[in-house]
Amino acid sequence: MAKIVIDGVEYEVNPDNNLLQECLSQGLDLPYFCWHPSMGSVGACRQCAVKQYRDEDDKEGMLVMACMTPASDGAIISLEDEQAKSFRSDVIESLMISHPHDCPVCEEGGECHLQDMTQMSGHNYRRYDKKKRTHRNQYLGPFINHEMNRCITCYRCVRYYDDYAGGTDLSAQASHHHVYFGRHEEGVLESEFSGNLVEVCPTGVFTDKAFSQHYSRKWDLQTAPSVCVGCSVGCNTAPGERYGTLRRIVNRYNSEVNGYFLCDRGRFGFDYVNSRERLLEPVKRVDNTGELLADDEIKAVIKEFSREGTIGIGSPRASNESNFALKTMVGDENFFAGYSDSESESMAAVLTLASDKAFHSPSVRKIEEADAVLILGEDVTNVAPRIALALRQSVRNKAMDLASESRIPQWQDAAVRELAQHERSPLSILSPAVSRLDDIAADRVIESLPALVAMGHQIANKISGSAPAATSPEHDAVAEKIAAQLKGAKRPLIVAGSSNGSELIKAAANIARALHEDGEDAAIDLCLLVPEVNSIGMGLMAAEENSLGVALDKLSSGAAKRVIVLENDLYRRAAKSQVDSALDKAEKVLVLDQVTTATTAKADVILPVTAFSEHEATYINYEGRAQLSFQVHQCQKMAQPAWRWISDAAHIDDLVERCCSEAPGFAKLRDVLPGENPFIAGMKVPRQSHRYSGRTAMIANVNVHEPKQMEDKESIMSFSMEGISAQKDPSIMASPWAPKWNSNQSISKFQDEVNGELKQGHVGSLLFEKTASGSYFDVPAVAAQPSGKQLHLALSYQIFGSDELSARAEPIRERMTDAYVGICPEDAQSRGLAQGDVATITPTGAPVVVCIRTGVKPGTALLYCGDANISPAEFTGLLEIEKSAAQATSRGISSLIVSDFQEEEI
Amino acid sequence: MLTLIKDTLTSQVVTLWRVFSHLWVKADTVEYPDEMPYMFPRWRGRIILSRDPDGEERCVACNLCAVACPVDCIALQKTEDDEGRWYPEFFRINFSRCIMCGFCEEACPTNAIQLTPDFEMAEYERQDMVWEKEDLLIDGTGKYHDYNFYRVAGKKIGGKDKGEARNEAVPVNVRSLLP
Repeated sequence: MAKIVIDGVEYEVNPDNNLLQECLSQGLDLPYFCWHPSMGSVGACRQCAVKQYRDEDDKEGMLVMACMTPASDGAIISLEDEQAKSFRSDVIESLMISHPHDCPVCEEGGECHLQDMTQMSGHNYRRYDKKKRTHRNQYLGPFINHEMNRCITCYRCVRYYDDYAGGTDLSAQASHHHVYFGRHEEGVLESEFSGNLVEVCPTGVFTDKAFSQHYSRKWDLQTAPSVCVGCSVGCNTAPGERYGTLRRIVNRYNSEVNGYFLCDRGRFGFDYVNSRERLLEPVKRVDNTGELLADDEIKAVIKEFSREGTIGIGSPRASNESNFALKTMVGDENFFAGYSDSESESMAAVLTLASDKAFHSPSVRKIEEADAVLILGEDVTNVAPRIALALRQSVRNKAMDLASESRIPQWQDAAVRELAQHERSPLSILSPAVSRLDDIAADRVIESLPALVAMGHQIANKISGSAPAATSPEHDAVAEKIAAQLKGAKRPLIVAGSSNGSELIKAAANIARALHEDGEDAAIDLCLLVPEVNSIGMGLMAAEENSLGVALDKLSSGAAKRVIVLENDLYRRAAKSQVDSALDKAEKVLVLDQVTTATTAKADVILPVTAFSEHEATYINYEGRAQLSFQVHQCQKMAQPAWRWISDAAHIDDLVERCCSEAPGFAKLRDVLPGENPFIAGMKVPRQSHRYSGRTAMIANVNVHEPKQMEDKESIMSFSMEGISAQKDPSIMASPWAPKWNSNQSISKFQDEVNGELKQGHVGSLLFEKTASGSYFDVPAVAAQPSGKQLHLALSYQIFGSDELSARAEPIRERMTDAYVGICPEDAQSRGLAQGDVATITPTGAPVVVCIRTGVKPGTALLYCGDANISPAEFTGLLEIEKSAAQATSRGISSLIVSDFQEEEI
Repeated sequence: MLTLIKDTLTSQVVTLWRVFSHLWVKADTVEYPDEMPYMFPRWRGRIILSRDPDGEERCVACNLCAVACPVDCIALQKTEDDEGRWYPEFFRINFSRCIMCGFCEEACPTNAIQLTPDFEMAEYERQDMVWEKEDLLIDGTGKYHDYNFYRVAGKKIGGKDKGEARNEAVPVNVRSLLP
């Protein structure tokens, strides 16, 4: 610890930080633009000038940039010094010279860092009377709006997009006061993390295009802390509602999970909540049309389904409470897993490994600390995008080490990058095709899936001789190298997932176990990705032998008469014929879901279920972290949380309590609840800001007599402006705000230090106890080799489209492709296929678009199932592709963003 | 006792005289509504939405009036035309809540919302005091004749390209190497 004096007051600070960081950590107001907590300092904007004095006798002092000056012991600085203040005011005056006077029609207005800083610095009137420079805007795709006139050239956008997120298509162009931030030509921003530009840009150059279409000011949005349901990472979000519709999602800081950033699926994929495909009324099927169910009929239905002979199929996209309620209703032995059988196998492996002492499941923050990474067969960018962003940061640890050696502080962003050049911590990718992380990979091997499994085991064997041996002679040298890198690392990390079966997970586990045996007793970071938001929760809930296949067999054979399907489209989980025969045979099918699916079309009774923003729920992410997501707004129609339809629990807390005591593995779930009401005089936390407008006019067109404010008996939050403001307890704070700080940059007021935990914050509760000690998995028998025209199958996923619900959001739809099969040029040629042709795949005969990619392993076909009716469960390792005469489909593959797309010959 | 009688009599006689003398004084009462009072132009009465000198809606749906309103009686929703001009999809004032404080007018960055000297707003039905944009929007510029927000702001709209707003240079050619 060091001591510094700021304006005569002594503070204890961390000498590894710079003065700006420490001023903010101490709660002082110092304006800045180019510095960002996760991107370090470059000293570009000159806004954070302070006066520094040599010693106590120095009365003159000199101006320094706080972000470029270390908080070294004994430093004496002044923020209030007149010269420093007038310097800051002059700097902002010059930054504002060409600002276009359009705050009223700017989406950033009201949460604009530039507005805040201008106010803070005291600049009011434009004295400069020459002309303002103007810029033309670009079309940047369905997510982001571009308004270059507003730019103050802080360079944050390119530092984030290029340096932090690894994008290549946004750059600074031209020079002097003509500097322009955009693409080389108009077009969709390619990065999967482009949405963060909205929050990174301190003013309104990059704004949320989808939000702008139904815009509301920040203070008018009703928000609550929520958790993203797009994938298994469980990023923390703050959705905002106005006039009954969900308007936007912004990031909510969680020091352990998502930090400051979200992926574009999470940010733009919520629109299905407002969609017309939503189920909003309980209906029963009468002669192939829906008929509204009365209350007593619903009761009768629930009673009927409570009888013997009913089975329940859970859902990895439903909350723990809903799954638990279904499990309690039908009984443990009648509760079946809601994912495919191959995923069941993977989940069994993941859950066994989760309680193993040898492994540690790293949080996103911990992933950023890894200094050697091996990705085994998983396309992280498309399966768990936020983790791909974290992996990008992990390769910078080499640069950080080099900087420490040269005694350069880590926050000196430009200097650290200059020093490191292309030096990166090793990251190796073993996969069936090139991926979006290849640009940071030290080694990459493109192989068919069985060969990747063998190679994984080979690496394990090379690390520790006690691991079972496997040979893949072709890649012996690379395997040797990767093994050495992992062995030499302080914090190695193995990433695998359930995308392509359990064998890769087992191989990854063997590598981690070999590292564990080889090294000291420390647990090895093993990050196993699962596909959906509550895959882990669902997996813990269902008995291992109760797989979906067994459930469907029970129905087809008549052993079970009725089935309750919870928030699940079975046609995505199992072969069509299998599901068809099961649902046709079942006497009665009850489906609870949010949207219409192929399964709801087969239902006898449909009960509508609320979407993620309409109910309070807990989810468990890939690392076993349970997180609580609050209700943001009321569902306008009759949808209810699934557990409310099927259980007699009065309150979600009751269900959580019962789940803790009755379901094994959930004992620590209750830690995520806010606990006994910690608030003064029992007051609740308002979901609406203290500036929420239009209260007495919003629904005055319907009835001028305002109804009583909606009550929330469920949670500690209220649907009003009144109560104890969330700023008093940031653990339930959705959108940060502090006096003078209207933008999201105000988050520093709620962190215990910059980049630290939120004060009184809640990072979630880790459920898994590390008790078991396991042993190596065996090397699998040699997989079936392709014969004739067959190809090895590798399932491929897309950030925009693979998730069932976000694929129904309008902005996401604009970025989606049709189902396609990715093959290498040689395989295409031998089958007479050209780029964009339509082909049929055997065994199902479904039409897919042919996508010829140079980076796919010859002999392997990547199958992306799209949102069409192709179930990955239909295929078993091998695939045949035939040219089809069918017409090209609607979307095609033009919006596919891969580096190895073969251009058509002209 | 005597004083009391004297005082009482005097008081009553004086009072009678005062009343009597007013027979020749000009009446203060105005025969409203036959006779309309003069209302000062800056009187804060019925709220209107004005148009800019080009005849377009001035309101850009920035929501500042709504947030300034102490009784929260203004609700609106932003929408946008094909060429980027912002305007309110709906704009609603609940006059049964309005306290005519004029904060909305003060907050308005485009001079769109203005208070007028009209105070005759009584209704038999409270529901009739909820006014929508169609009821509020007038055809003129109201009190402020010249201001046209979009001619000043650097956002491109139909009929006004980048660089055509007040005090703007022509758009930069990013590809140019000239200084």
